[in-house]
Amino acid sequence: MTDISMPQTQTRTQSGTGKIALRWLLYVLLGLFALYYLMPLFVMVTTSLKSLEEIRTGSLISLPREVSFDAWKTAWSGACTGIQCEGLRPYFWNSVLIAVPAVAISTLLGALNGYVVAQWRFKGANIIFSLMLFGCFIPFQVVLLPMARLLGMMGIAGTIPGLIFVHVIYGLGFTTLFFRNYYVTIPAELTKAARVDGAGFLRIFWSIFLPLSLPIVVVTVIWQFTQIWNDFLFGVSFSQAGTQPVTVALNNIVNSTTGVKEYNVDMAAAIIAGLPTLLVYVVAGKYFIRGLTAGSVKG
Amino acid sequence: MSEWLENHLPKVVLAPSFIAVLIFVYGFIGWTAWVSLTRSKLLPKYEIKGFIQYERLFDSPRWDTAINNLYVFGALFIVIAMVLGLLLAILLDQKIRAEGAIRTIYLYPMALSMIVTGTAWKWILNPGLGIESMVQGWGFPNFEFDWLVNPDYAIYTIVMAAIWQSSGFVMALFLAGLRSVDGEIIKAAQVDGIPTWRIYTAIIIPSMAPIFLSAFIVLAHLAIKSFDLVIALTGGGPGYATDLPATYMYAMAFSRGDIGQAASSAMIMMLVVFAIVVPYLYSELRAKND
Repeated sequence: MTDISMPQTQTRTQSGTGKIALRWLLYVLLGLFALYYLMPLFVMVTTSLKSLEEIRTGSLISLPREVSFDAWKTAWSGACTGIQCEGLRPYFWNSVLIAVPAVAISTLLGALNGYVVAQWRFKGANIIFSLMLFGCFIPFQVVLLPMARLLGMMGIAGTIPGLIFVHVIYGLGFTTLFFRNYYVTIPAELTKAARVDGAGFLRIFWSIFLPLSLPIVVVTVIWQFTQIWNDFLFGVSFSQAGTQPVTVALNNIVNSTTGVKEYNVDMAAAIIAGLPTLLVYVVAGKYFIRGLTAGSVKG
Repeated sequence: MSEWLENHLPKVVLAPSFIAVLIFVYGFIGWTAWVSLTRSKLLPKYEIKGFIQYERLFDSPRWDTAINNLYVFGALFIVIAMVLGLLLAILLDQKIRAEGAIRTIYLYPMALSMIVTGTAWKWILNPGLGIESMVQGWGFPNFEFDWLVNPDYAIYTIVMAAIWQSSGFVMALFLAGLRSVDGEIIKAAQVDGIPTWRIYTAIIIPSMAPIFLSAFIVLAHLAIKSFDLVIALTGGGPGYATDLPATYMYAMAFSRGDIGQAASSAMIMMLVVFAIVVPYLYSELRAKND
């Protein structure tokens, strides 16, 4: 489109038809990108509803001729993860049993830590916070070996409490960061005034800060839940047969070499494993994005 | 006693977390660093023997492959995800109808586990029944797309899946950045008749330098730590053609029983992360304290 003959009052530089064509192009582009992001999900869903026969003869992106939920049933309660063939179900519950306490504990500790670092600054508090913050960024490979030994010494190697412990420890940096960045925006005068009135450390936290914290609690819980549910590295390193989280079980189902390769079961299993975090994202996307950006853009 | 407790309660509350971080982050890094200097094999030994593990590491063709893959994967992943993310953000910034819905679609892969992403792409890219056979079915019987099982190209399938997973997130970062640019300046430029693309290249994008840095840090960090996606998509194969440092470390630690190699490769990974993150964190914290 051309830039000639621009009236100064006009804010757009295109002529009428050019502008409309550009708008169309814009929407077409946005639509194509939307297709690109949706395609894998679409393929997963349709594949999971096809029979193996139809997968072998049909095309990747064709709709199922006959919708069948057999693959879902198998994925949930019959698919083999190595020698055991109980489907994803037990591992799904393992993930729930790991995620729920780990999220609760790390969020609570993060709230208390953030409250201290933001509102009760003492000498060295900043250094402590920096050291904790840095812990968020280490590649976890560097702690895998000693942690495996420690869990063994504590007698919780390969157990669900062991995995909860690991997730709480390495989640603390982020939860503290989230709450700290939220609580620094609350004026320090509030704490001071409450102290003059005789309220103590815990009282102020309980009656002033906690009631204000709902948005950041939601952000933190979503962040921690997504991290822990989607974790694979800790799950595969610190679990044993029977205590694996759902991501590890999914990988085992997909890579199990016994029998015929059942792509429809693989896809159903992948959707089941992804469903909880996807659901959280759809329901509370705003908070999910806030958590994602809080760590990277200055909070 | 109770007064002492009240005065010191903030420290008492923070102490357990701080001690945990000291032990489980810094102490453990120290342990790994120590063991990386020993001849540990199946079991850790604590007698320091110098840098032999690092010498072995740099002599290992498998580690060489892993590092080269990290370069290729990291460079392509970071550059393409940033370009795509910026493009999407600019497209979405044109007062689009249904912007919320489109944003939701672009960003949802970020909510998925890399294992789920890897499983999906493994199916889509498998030569027998995936894209290859689909295009062949469209009347191109000679079409070939076997990157997933081709040692020379398998690493690019990991790039493809990683970009699909993370580019929406980069878009969200850039979109937030675009929205924070001073609207008055843009309006003034528009009144002066400056074309839209010039406004972007000359005014808006340069003012987003900090966001570029953030996006770079996040993506570089993701690239170095990439593990799940490789395991799910290629398992490091064919052979070890798609090994990355993280999968090398894991293989040494848990299947080869070579703790010395695992520790030294983990230390290298951490040094790379250090080199990227420390200057960034330092400047961030300084800026905040000023």
